[in-house]
Amino acid sequence: MSTGNMNLTLKVWRQKNNNTKGALVDYKLADISPDMSFLEMFDVLNEQLINKGEEPVVFDHDCREGICGMCSMFINGRPHGPKDLVTTCQLHMRSFKDGDTIVVEPWRAAAFPVVKDLTVDRSAFDRVIAAGGFISVNTGNAQDANNLPIPKMQADAAFEAAACIGCGACVATCKNASAMLFVSAKISQLALLPQGQPERYRRVQSMVAQMDAEGFGNCTNTGACEAECPKGISLENIARMNRDFASAKFISEETV
Amino acid sequence: MSGFGNALSSSIGRKYVMGITGIFLILFLIVHAGINSLIFLDDNGLKFNIGAHFMATNWIIRAGEYILFLGLLVHIYQAVNLTIQNRKARPEGYAVYNGSANSKWYSRSMGLLGTLLLIFLVIHLKDFWVVSRFTGIPTVDANGNEDLYAVMRAKFQDPVRVIAYALLMISLCYHLLHGFASAFQTMGWNHSKYNGIIKGASVWYSIIISILFAAMPIAVYFGLIQ
Repeated sequence: MSTGNMNLTLKVWRQKNNNTKGALVDYKLADISPDMSFLEMFDVLNEQLINKGEEPVVFDHDCREGICGMCSMFINGRPHGPKDLVTTCQLHMRSFKDGDTIVVEPWRAAAFPVVKDLTVDRSAFDRVIAAGGFISVNTGNAQDANNLPIPKMQADAAFEAAACIGCGACVATCKNASAMLFVSAKISQLALLPQGQPERYRRVQSMVAQMDAEGFGNCTNTGACEAECPKGISLENIARMNRDFASAKFISEETV
Repeated sequence: MSGFGNALSSSIGRKYVMGITGIFLILFLIVHAGINSLIFLDDNGLKFNIGAHFMATNWIIRAGEYILFLGLLVHIYQAVNLTIQNRKARPEGYAVYNGSANSKWYSRSMGLLGTLLLIFLVIHLKDFWVVSRFTGIPTVDANGNEDLYAVMRAKFQDPVRVIAYALLMISLCYHLLHGFASAFQTMGWNHSKYNGIIKGASVWYSIIISILFAAMPIAVYFGLIQ
C-alpha cells in the first residue's frame, strides 16, 4: 500500500483500558507516502502490527471527510495536528517531514475517559446535548421556510455555530479541559433562531448544569479552543452563553 | 437549581465572580495610580500627602477599603477554587503540549502571575499600609499632613526593594493584559463594534498602569523627583 519515501518514528499512547496505566510506545514506519492522510498512515502501522501478531492501535474514525467529528488524535501537542481548521482525517503526511518523530496521544480530560489506546469516551457531550440542546415542537409537515423571517446575519451566525462537529478538540486543547466552546455552540445554534426562543433560558441552565456535572474544567479565556477548532467556532458563542446564563439566573423568572 | 447561590456555584457563576471582582480591582488601580502619580508633581510630596490624607480620613474611602479587601479575598479564593477544579478536570497531563501554538503564555499563567502579585501585595502592604494604618507615619510635611511621601522615599532607598517592585510590575502588566479583556468576555460583553475598543483599552491600561507604578520606586531611588 505504501509507496512513499518518508521514514517516521511514532510515539503512540497505548492503554489497555481505563483501569490500567498507559504509556507511549515507539514505532518505526518506513516508505510512507506524503499523500497519505494521517489515518491512512495509522492503517499502515496497524497492518504491520497485525502481520506481526501484535494488537493494532485502537483509534476513532468514521467518515474520513472531516465532517463527522469522530477522529480525535492529539498530535505533537495539538488536537488534530499542526494544521488549522482540519480534522485528523484531513491532515496529510505532507504536513510532516521525513525523519520526524510524531507523538500521538488521546484527548485527555476527566470527562473523556480513555476506552483503549487513542479512543476516548465522549458520551459526556451526548448527555450535555440531551440536557437541553433541542427544541420541542409538534411534528408534522415542514413549514414553508419563509414563514419565519430571520435576518441574514442571525442565520449565518446560527449556521456557523451549528458547524460544530462535537469532536472535542476544544476540551482536549484547553489547559483546563473546559467544554465551554462546544456547549456554547450547541446553545447558540438554537438561541440565535426564533425556533429556539421558547426554551432559550431553560436550555442554557440545563446544559451548563450538565456540563458542570460531567467534570469539565472552567473557562479562562485563553482562546486555545477557538484556535484549534477544526470548524472555526467563535469565542463569541461563549460570550453569548455567559450572557444568556446571567439573564436566565438573574432576570428570568423561569428556573430549571 | 433555583436561587442566586446555585447560580454563583456553577462554573459560569464562578467566572462571573472572578470577572466582577477583577473589574473592581482594575478600577481601584486607576484610583491608586492616579493619587500616587501626584508624587511626579515634584513638590516634595505635598499634593500626594493631601491625597493620602483624604484617602486615610474620608469615611466613604475607609468603608471602601473593607470592600476592596473583600473583593481581593473573593478574587483569590475563587481563583484557587477554580484552579483546583481545573486540575481535577485533567488528572493525566499530555506528554507533549504545544500551548504556544494556540494561546498567549500569560493567558495560561494567570495563577502564577497572580501568586507573584500576592507576594508583592504582602510586601507592599507591610511597607506602606501597615505603616499608615497601624504603626503610624512619624513626620508631618509643610502643610501639617502626615508625610507618607517621606516614608516612601525612605523605603525606596533600598535597591533590592526598588528592583523587586519594578520587576513585579511586569507580572502585574501581564496579569492585567489577560484579565482586563478576559473579564469582558466572561461577562458576555463581546460585541463586534466594541471588541476593538476593549482590546485596545486592555493593552493601554495594562501598560500605562504598570509603567506608572514601576516608575515610582525608580524615580525616587534615582532622585529624579523631590
